[in-house]
Amino acid sequence: MDVTTRHIKYQADCDPSFPAAIKSIPGCEKLDSCIQCGTCSGVCPMSIYMDMTPRRVMNLVRYGFKKEVMASNTIWLCSSCYACTVECPREIKVTDIMYALKQMAIREKAYPRRFRMVVLANEFYKMVRARGRVNEIHLVTRLNLLTNPLEMLKMARLGIELIRRGRFSLRPDAVKDPQRIREIMEYQGNGNGRKEVATK
Amino acid sequence: MKFGYFPGCSVLGTGRACEESTQAIVRELGVELEEIEDWNCCGATAYMSVDEHNALALAARNIALAEKQGATQMTTPCSGCYLVLNKTKHYIEEYPAVGNRVKESLKRTGLQYKGTVRVRHMLDILVNDVGLDTIRKHVQHPLKGVKVAAYYGCQTVRPYKDFDQYHFPETIDKLCEALGAEPVHFPLKTRCCGGSQMGTLPQVAQRLVFAILREAKRQGANVIVSVCPLCHFNLDSYQHDIISRFKEDVGITCLYYTQMMGLAFGIDPNTLGLHRNLTWDRSPLRQQMAAVGVGA
Repeated sequence: MDVTTRHIKYQADCDPSFPAAIKSIPGCEKLDSCIQCGTCSGVCPMSIYMDMTPRRVMNLVRYGFKKEVMASNTIWLCSSCYACTVECPREIKVTDIMYALKQMAIREKAYPRRFRMVVLANEFYKMVRARGRVNEIHLVTRLNLLTNPLEMLKMARLGIELIRRGRFSLRPDAVKDPQRIREIMEYQGNGNGRKEVATK
Repeated sequence: MKFGYFPGCSVLGTGRACEESTQAIVRELGVELEEIEDWNCCGATAYMSVDEHNALALAARNIALAEKQGATQMTTPCSGCYLVLNKTKHYIEEYPAVGNRVKESLKRTGLQYKGTVRVRHMLDILVNDVGLDTIRKHVQHPLKGVKVAAYYGCQTVRPYKDFDQYHFPETIDKLCEALGAEPVHFPLKTRCCGGSQMGTLPQVAQRLVFAILREAKRQGANVIVSVCPLCHFNLDSYQHDIISRFKEDVGITCLYYTQMMGLAFGIDPNTLGLHRNLTWDRSPLRQQMAAVGVGA
């Protein structure tokens, strides 16, 4: 590898509002006390599949490397098992920071293309909005239709097993009045600013 | 003992056996469950990725409904729901600004959130409230010689748990002993199974499950016991794919802890939803139970 072509990042190119926005979210304010010990990456069951370890994400976030963090697959590989959060010696809520990053990426549509986790999260959201409850089979079907319809063939064997065993419910379950759910979801509060919400 | 009961979406869908076996067990042990009327989805792990306020407010709606029903404690058999509901409660208490916004949005639909309800895991209630001594008294067929890998999964004891420990919980292990079974040393007991990533990134999630099943088998277990409907689905339903992909026979019987309790109590396997488990048909435990007259 030609070392001279290495991409050098400059602090001046960073976005200082990025760490501020993340730290203003409840549970994320302790980010600055990260000592870069790497415990989060060590305990993460997904870190070996990530292009960037959670430790690196933590550091890039607090120095404002927004573009790099948003383009990484790390936040989407986080399966929300909270191992990092309970192990962090500085009590940083790493999982909640990952959630905050996911929310930001979805809001700004800044996620890697073809990422099925994003589709799943959005479909889940829509389903709750429409009915208040989720039907897993509908959800998986929608996910596959939207991303990779051929995947459905691979799932056929399992699908037949589930039907045979009465675990395949086609009846869309719903709350009595889904309009109530939408009212809660559409609540804007005072000013609707995330920062107002987040100040402790 | 009376509790507000939050089933959750999984438990009524693919994880139906979880609900069936839980109901059978609480009937046997005299725990009264009153379903929270008109509950909605807790949000699981997917929802929080989209909108934080909505995720918290919708989970809080269920707690408020439980309060309205007069419950002082609510419970759920699903570890994902347990974590989300508990997390919501902590957030509302810890961050008053968040809490106020959530309370305001609930007020619009005529609900009041007071925060008086305790959120409990079903496992916690069975082992700590009902107690191992009572459970021991109900055992009709001790599960002699059954070696169990107790799999807690990630959401059960993290990070807002109010029982057991983060890294090496022992609740199910003690329960197994009370049922006459033998828990094996199982270091992967809280390792993540991949959760919903099984649907989005099966290449990765299947490897995680493979590691868990393989470890259980190598530690000498012949049954792996899970708590959460999603863990159970991942461990139980993908064994065929995992075996053919990794070319190693990691096939092992996978049960809910409530199903295992039911077998020891002598409850009919169909009542416990065992016919819904993909790994039950050819399970050695099935033959063993049939020999003592359970489900013969």
